Amino acid sequence: MDITILTEYFGTYMEGFRGTVLSSLMALAGSFLLGALIAVFRIGPLRPLRWFGTGYVEFLRNIPLLLVVYIFYYGPSVLGMPLDGFTAGTIGLAVYTSSFIAEAIRAGIMAVPQGQTEAARSSGLSYSQTMVHVILPQAIRLVIPPLGNQFINLIKNSSVLTIVAGLDLMYFADIINADTYRTFDTYVFVALFYLALTLPLSYGVRVWERRLERKY
Amino acid sequence: MDFIGAYSAENLSFLMEGLGVTLIVAGASIVFSFLIGCVVGIIRYIQLPVLSPVLMVSVELIRNLPLLLIIFFMRFALPEAGIRLGLVTATIIGLTIFEAAMIAEIVRGGLNSIDRGQVEAARSSGLSTFQTLWHIVLPQGLRRMIPPLVSQFIALLKDTSLAVVVSLPELMHHAGIVIGHGYSYTIPILLLVAMIYFTVNFLLSIVSRRLEARQV
Amino acid sequence: MRKSMKLFSIAAACAVFVLAGCGSNGAGGNAASGGNTSTPAAGESTGAALGKIKERGKLVVGVKYDTKLFGLKDPASGNVEGFDIDISKAIAKHILDDENAIELKEVTSKTRIPMLNNGEIDMVVATMTITEERKQEVDFSDVYFQAGQSLLVKKGSPIQGIEDVTADTTVLGTKGSTSVKNIRDQVSGVKVLEFDNYQDAFNALKAGQGAALTTDDSILYGMAAQDPNYEVVGKPFTDEPYGIAVQKGNTDVVEAINETLKALHDSGEYDAIYEKWIGKKPAE
Repeated sequence: MDITILTEYFGTYMEGFRGTVLSSLMALAGSFLLGALIAVFRIGPLRPLRWFGTGYVEFLRNIPLLLVVYIFYYGPSVLGMPLDGFTAGTIGLAVYTSSFIAEAIRAGIMAVPQGQTEAARSSGLSYSQTMVHVILPQAIRLVIPPLGNQFINLIKNSSVLTIVAGLDLMYFADIINADTYRTFDTYVFVALFYLALTLPLSYGVRVWERRLERKY
Repeated sequence: MDFIGAYSAENLSFLMEGLGVTLIVAGASIVFSFLIGCVVGIIRYIQLPVLSPVLMVSVELIRNLPLLLIIFFMRFALPEAGIRLGLVTATIIGLTIFEAAMIAEIVRGGLNSIDRGQVEAARSSGLSTFQTLWHIVLPQGLRRMIPPLVSQFIALLKDTSLAVVVSLPELMHHAGIVIGHGYSYTIPILLLVAMIYFTVNFLLSIVSRRLEARQV
Repeated sequence: MRKSMKLFSIAAACAVFVLAGCGSNGAGGNAASGGNTSTPAAGESTGAALGKIKERGKLVVGVKYDTKLFGLKDPASGNVEGFDIDISKAIAKHILDDENAIELKEVTSKTRIPMLNNGEIDMVVATMTITEERKQEVDFSDVYFQAGQSLLVKKGSPIQGIEDVTADTTVLGTKGSTSVKNIRDQVSGVKVLEFDNYQDAFNALKAGQGAALTTDDSILYGMAAQDPNYEVVGKPFTDEPYGIAVQKGNTDVVEAINETLKALHDSGEYDAIYEKWIGKKPAE
């Protein structure tokens, strides 16, 4: 192992690290909001919205992330308003991940006993009040581990940004590699940067899962 | 947007050629990763000394790295360590290592979900550890694993698209080549490729639903 | 937190193990697909490399699949065609007496040196500029094509040459190419976006991701021929002499290539190939 690659190119690695973290955080926020909305559509009382939600989830879950990113990268440019690789990649990540998050949230909501909805509704709460005050607070606790896993996936998946020159860790690794010709070392160091993000997160998810198991 | 030009017979057969490679690589990786994942998952479940902790760390590391990185590493970094793999072999091994780690966790989770009381009952009625596993835990566990396993297989099929970074001539790569021949093909081709992935994966999930229905 | 650090350190310690594990796994996988005899062995020796090619009866060449005029895969026929392919065939004919005793493998600027050093291909004939830096990694033949770096822009662009490129311009290029290094040297602070291959870079230019695409003029002319909305502007601002790369130390292969090139020039065949693809006679 040639540690000088790490020291000499540390700034470059960090630039990519920042890109990956930034993209992942923004995609997380976006995919959570979108996913929650779609989950509510899917279990809500309005049939057209239910159909839309089901179609959205089924479609996105069955096509590759790279394709979603390409759609956001090339699609807007056809309409004359191109998105750069970082933006298109982040939006693609958010949209793609939102379908998984929607399913996780839906499963969490379904896990809250049906009787609670009935009780809340019969005590005079509206559907949305029941959701916001009764069901969601309970569902969220159950949903945290799968959400955590999705966030880990998100960080890992953000590596597709390199294909659209999205200024992430993998992109800068490719640049470093073009300079050093030391593929093995260059990418082992990149792996360490990814692990520094994902390992603590998976550990956190595991701890939370155990806490849930103990409670039930 | 040139739908007619994009969907010419030559382009369609070229895309089908790419789909063939996608299916072959995905099929091989599904078989290998399922076998390896099962073995690793079972070893972790029965908690063999030394082997189980070592596998735990390996699984944990692999699960927390981007697949894109793993595939690229197999193809272009390992040779520097004296291990040369061909294009298809490297892709299949990269996919298999990553997906086997995912599947191992599914298998372990499935086995763990079987009530410990059953295991104790079986053991105290004189069955060996292996017999308990084979006759009691595995049959029930496998049934519960089918939905997450199929999701994982679908993920694997989608993930073959990441092999564009090693220029594997699969569906996404061929789509890129066709788009390169005419920019007005971009949207039609991306839509078509999305439909192809969707159809294949949707069929896969229907088969699994049938399978599940028959099992119950 | 302390526990997660502990997990992390265990993980790091076991990384070596995992890699070793992957390694043996990989070797096994390779053996399983043992029919794959076309992969050349890594020859670090001198003199033996040419013998191995002859023994195999097939020349394995790394070429571009996405570069019009030099190496482009045609979806209709499935064939790869271009200047580099014709030169490769001539070399196969010289070494093996059969221009079809050849296997082409796709390389990109990013992958060609690793693939060559892995011993996966005998040579790289892929619009590769001879540089001092690369000479540290590989051995080059004589120059077989003289290119120069230039710019491709959308027709009507305010950029009409390297002098119009400023620090505010976004220029597109490919990972691992000399062009991106050159443009950074020529225009300090210029924003460069690098893609895996020319096709992605050209698609990005069409998608409006940058104002200009920079690489060798020879490649850019091919792109302009593909899409008449784009044109090559300005004079070439660097010299890009293309060489055929082989693994370091394979001097016998370099000699065979140079003999081929000389024979092609002497017979006038080189000029014919040049004219076939570039559309004019090579400048003396």
